[in-house]
Amino acid sequence: MQVGLANYLAVAAILFTVGVLGIFLNRRNVIIILMSIELILLSVNINFVAFSAFLGNLTGQVFALFVLTVAAAEAAIGLAILVVYFRNRGTIAVETVNLMKG
Amino acid sequence: MLTGIAFYLFSAVLIGAALMVIASRNPVHSVLFLILAFFNAAALFILLGAEFLALILLIVYVGAVAVLFLFVVMMLDIEFAELKRGALQYLPFGGLVGVILAAELVLVGIGALVPNAGSLVPHATPGHLTNTEALGRVLYTDYVYYFETAGLILFVAMIGAIVLTLRHKPGVRRQKIALQNARDPKLAIELVDVQPGQGGA
Repeated sequence: MQVGLANYLAVAAILFTVGVLGIFLNRRNVIIILMSIELILLSVNINFVAFSAFLGNLTGQVFALFVLTVAAAEAAIGLAILVVYFRNRGTIAVETVNLMKG
Repeated sequence: MLTGIAFYLFSAVLIGAALMVIASRNPVHSVLFLILAFFNAAALFILLGAEFLALILLIVYVGAVAVLFLFVVMMLDIEFAELKRGALQYLPFGGLVGVILAAELVLVGIGALVPNAGSLVPHATPGHLTNTEALGRVLYTDYVYYFETAGLILFVAMIGAIVLTLRHKPGVRRQKIALQNARDPKLAIELVDVQPGQGGA
């Protein structure tokens, strides 16, 4: 049972697909969509770390660290926007976010 | 052998938890499954030899982001049953896109790398250094400007979150320190010349 680079890439690909599927299927809850984005970024991080480990180059891990930073910032800002939106509209359903569509 | 078993166990739990994140009815359960997914991803990182990143993942995600998600989920008073109505409306199209995307990604990954993927062995850190030390040496020398930019991004995110959620309620008595400091006896004391026999008022 040799675990190679392809195994990690396959896991990351499946995780990425699950994240994209979460965005597609959930049209009512923005929180689930934000969590799906976190899953997608996690899969990207797994790719970075796997390549970094198998190629023996630490740059991938450095970049994964930056991805982690941006993901944390994005989660904080997104949740803040969500709180403000809920305060104004009383709902977080995605389908009702069309106020600016004219 | 043991590494293989561990890899397949952690991967299976990771993907199962990710599926439960998007399939769960209750957003609180979703957040808890997200935490489980991050724990398993951290275990995969440790298998790859990236110990520092694994523990950072736990601290940042489980310690901060997941708790933030839980706070927001519990702060917003949402009807959970209402949220799931019509959830399967997009299943055919979304499932089609998902299957195609997964097939393409796995085919590209395996097809491009099978010739030499089995022979490679993970070695994240060169020689005598620990992972954290090696990462620090790279991060604080070659990538120091990017590191500071990351700090700036976090700072902007902090300011942004505060600016977005801060609101001034009317009718709340606040302490105005400048006004307090600007008080002097002329403003604070009023001298009234009371005539004898007339009383106060």
